[in-house]
Amino acid sequence: MQSDQTGVLPPHPEKATLEGRNKILGLWFFIASDVVLFASLMGTHLALRGSTQGAPGPQELFHLEYVALMTFILLTSSMTSLLGIKAMQRYQFKQMQTWFWLTVLLGLSFLGLEIYEFYQFVIYHGLGFETNAFASSFYTLLGFHGAHVTFGILWVVTLLIRSRSQGITTYTAPKFYLFSLYWHFVDVVWVFVFTLVYLMGKVG
Amino acid sequence: MTAKRYTVDDSIKESQSQKRENRQFYVTFILMLVLTALSFVAVASEKIPSGFTIPFILLIAFILLVLQVVIFMHLNDKNTEFPTLFFFSGFFIAIITIATLMLLIWW
Amino acid sequence: MSTHAVKRTSVSLQQKPSFGSVLWDWLTTVDHKKIGIMYLAAGGFFFILGGLEALLMRLQLMYPENTLVSGTTFNELMTMHGTTMIFFAAMPILFGLINCIMPLQIGARDVAYPFMNALSFWLFLFGGILMNISWFLGSAPDAGWTSYVPLASQAPSGMDFYVLGLQVSGAGTLMSGINFMVTILTMRAPGMSLMRMPMFTWTTFIASALIVFAFPALTAGLFLLMFDRIFGAQFFDVAGGGNVIIWQHLFWIFGHPEVYILVLPAFGIISEVVSTFSKKRLFGYSSMVIATILIGFIGFMVWAHHMFAVGMGPIANALFSVATMAIAVPTGIKIFNWLLTMWGGRIRFTTAMLYCVGFIPSFVMGGVTGVMVAAAPADYQYHDTYFVVAHFHYTIVGGVVLGIMAALYYWWPKIFGKKLNETLGKWNFWLFLIGFHLTFFVQHLLGLMGMPRRVYTYLEGLGFETGNFISTIGAILMAVAALIFVINIIYTHTRVKEIAEADPWDGRTLEWATETPVPFYNFAQTPLVRGLDPLFIEKTQGDGKMKPAEPLGEIHMPSPSILPILLAFGIFIVGLGFCLHSFFDNKWISYFIVFIGTVFSLLMMMFHSIKEDHGYHIHPNDYTNKGVGM
Ligand code: HEM
Ligand SMILES: [Cu+2]
Repeated sequence: MQSDQTGVLPPHPEKATLEGRNKILGLWFFIASDVVLFASLMGTHLALRGSTQGAPGPQELFHLEYVALMTFILLTSSMTSLLGIKAMQRYQFKQMQTWFWLTVLLGLSFLGLEIYEFYQFVIYHGLGFETNAFASSFYTLLGFHGAHVTFGILWVVTLLIRSRSQGITTYTAPKFYLFSLYWHFVDVVWVFVFTLVYLMGKVG
Repeated sequence: MTAKRYTVDDSIKESQSQKRENRQFYVTFILMLVLTALSFVAVASEKIPSGFTIPFILLIAFILLVLQVVIFMHLNDKNTEFPTLFFFSGFFIAIITIATLMLLIWW
Repeated sequence: MSTHAVKRTSVSLQQKPSFGSVLWDWLTTVDHKKIGIMYLAAGGFFFILGGLEALLMRLQLMYPENTLVSGTTFNELMTMHGTTMIFFAAMPILFGLINCIMPLQIGARDVAYPFMNALSFWLFLFGGILMNISWFLGSAPDAGWTSYVPLASQAPSGMDFYVLGLQVSGAGTLMSGINFMVTILTMRAPGMSLMRMPMFTWTTFIASALIVFAFPALTAGLFLLMFDRIFGAQFFDVAGGGNVIIWQHLFWIFGHPEVYILVLPAFGIISEVVSTFSKKRLFGYSSMVIATILIGFIGFMVWAHHMFAVGMGPIANALFSVATMAIAVPTGIKIFNWLLTMWGGRIRFTTAMLYCVGFIPSFVMGGVTGVMVAAAPADYQYHDTYFVVAHFHYTIVGGVVLGIMAALYYWWPKIFGKKLNETLGKWNFWLFLIGFHLTFFVQHLLGLMGMPRRVYTYLEGLGFETGNFISTIGAILMAVAALIFVINIIYTHTRVKEIAEADPWDGRTLEWATETPVPFYNFAQTPLVRGLDPLFIEKTQGDGKMKPAEPLGEIHMPSPSILPILLAFGIFIVGLGFCLHSFFDNKWISYFIVFIGTVFSLLMMMFHSIKEDHGYHIHPNDYTNKGVGM
């Protein structure tokens, strides 16, 4: 079954087994379905973004420099996870680990910034989850994205710790590859969050 | 199962194509950074009319999406017809969902 | 790991295993056939439950100003009947059939993710249980299966059970959809190209694709509703700037594809059964495939036909109206293909075939009223009357349920190893068909006369008496028919001694090439497929046996696991915790339950990821048979 036992390493360890290929295909279908989930939440937010009921709205709340920083952090983390996969396909375990730990670090800083931003909204603008429909929909959409980031971080950390002694095999490789696909997708969602929520919110 | 015999020739070809691939990744990444920056600049600058900004940033978002899924998520590999089909079907449903929720809610 | 295999076979060969070990076997199974049987059993249970709820409603409506149940109870019965029937009866029974049959039809040994398959089942079951325990905790959901807000966002605590029950089972449904799709795409036997797949497999594939795209909209809607109800969000509260139409859109973006999720597998079943019992290849196979894909595709662009009366305006109404009518075209193609399959065939009127023959006109009637309600101006008249109730029961009962019954009679010998009694079957069929038309045909007229739906009673002298009386008599007939079916099952499994033949109907597809009972590895050797209807090809052009596509060798099987049920239970606890938020003065008690459930579920997930499981291998000596099948 595992070709690494014969000493011949396949160039694409993530796709060397049927199980690995199945998992990748399944994740793609999950991603396709998640697209619709986020679309529903984004549509809801766009429908309700005018419902500020006198409380501060997008124009006053959003700071573009801040959002730009978050965006670049997440985009870079997408790149580092890609480099992790490239290292994996070259069977450079150490390098792969470094790239993925870097991804974790970037993901955590993104989350930190997001939490700090929410904190600002709540403390300085008094914008709670229950304040108005705009706030509910904003926090829900951003919260779902943040939850995806959090889940991704937990996922890859578990993988990194688990695979420490195993190295790169046709069993572990699909798992890392799956994570990286998922992580790129989280970044794709963010592209639409910053465009449709923040930038369009600013433009009005 | 049957990993086909891997010859020296293969590995040279492999490493060459890998170099090309790696360059492609870096170029894509830089392109994405630039496009993202353009998007922010278009909104931040007061001079640009919003009638231009909105289609412009939407277009950039779409290009970023395509770059991310095609290059970073390897939809340009072989045997990715079904992932491509389903991802973009999802995207299509996403568009009609968002359009509906924006247009057919308030009257 | 061959100890496993030895243990397994020795169980089947030697003494009767103890009750405990059998129970453990079922709780930990990842075998698609056993999971399928559990789906059928649980779905059957919920079907009876939903049926009893329907019967109670019909008895209440039998006479004007009847007082059998109160208005509140009627609302609960109506909501629970609709929700139970759709999510916990019809879908699971179809999933059961898919699980039992689809992998066999494509020559696979299991689905792509056996572990996740078990998890899907347990999530569905716990979701159904969660929703139904609301009966014992104060109040059941009562805002209709569509749960329109603001009624649903302000309804009593029963509504939370609707929200979380559907959320838990919906997660399982999504996993099943993905599972079936990957299975169909990557695990087909050599030679079975996409255009050689049996129709049931095709319709499963498209229905699964609809699940993948439709369920997230429901998930999102349910989250919004839950946040409004539990965390004080303002999505649907007009005072806070919310908007109630959002729910309707999200619900129907899911809801309309959902009806195709139900009916497409039924279409597949009809195609299989009609072709087998007409002894003919399915007429217009490729047009069937294309029609199925088209139905799936257009099915996503018509949802707002449920909202004509909301006030979206003439342009939106016109667009959705036209799109809806367009669906009638591929559906009509299917109807004609079935008729032309029978045309000139050597038809055997078994019970399964009778159900198909009953299906065609019944479903056509549902389709015709469908086009009627699709005409937006006319729908202003039909909307929320009994005409709509008649319409959707003609599609759901006349379509899905008749299809399911055909499938049960057809595949029972393969799934359970015994052939159901045909005489009882015919009684079952005729009573059901007559009862069905009696119940629902008059409802068209009641609707046209102006009787609104979702009312618990009506006044005397409005002219509704006769229709409602007839309708209730029909419902009683259907209940008798269902009883006969149960008797048939009991009779078959207590009185009939002989195991059914492997191929009792002279079948055409691969599931009939396996031996009965199907060994847990399905095929000792993967079969080689030479065309559409592979078994029929071997019967006419070969020696009637499938040729193997691989030498006899070790088979890799997934190991059983208790984790799916535990993980699903953890998620059930999370849902229960949220449901209980209004039961304690201190909300944190219920959040604590949520926390416990979350930690438990995460632990189970980590356990699953840490415990490395590569499955086990069985050796050819342990096979009960050699060769592809029989
Ligand atoms: C087989 C016998 C059945 C009978 C006698 C029956 C009877 C009824 C009745 C009396 C109602 C209430 C109508 C109203 O007050 O508006 C109803 C509603 C409904 N039924 Fe059935 N039904 C049957 C089967 C089914 C099946 C098999 C399904 C689905 C798979 C189904 C799905 C629904 C739905 C979705 C509703 C709407 C509930 C709502 O208004 O929220 N029914 N049915
Ligand atoms: Cu519809």
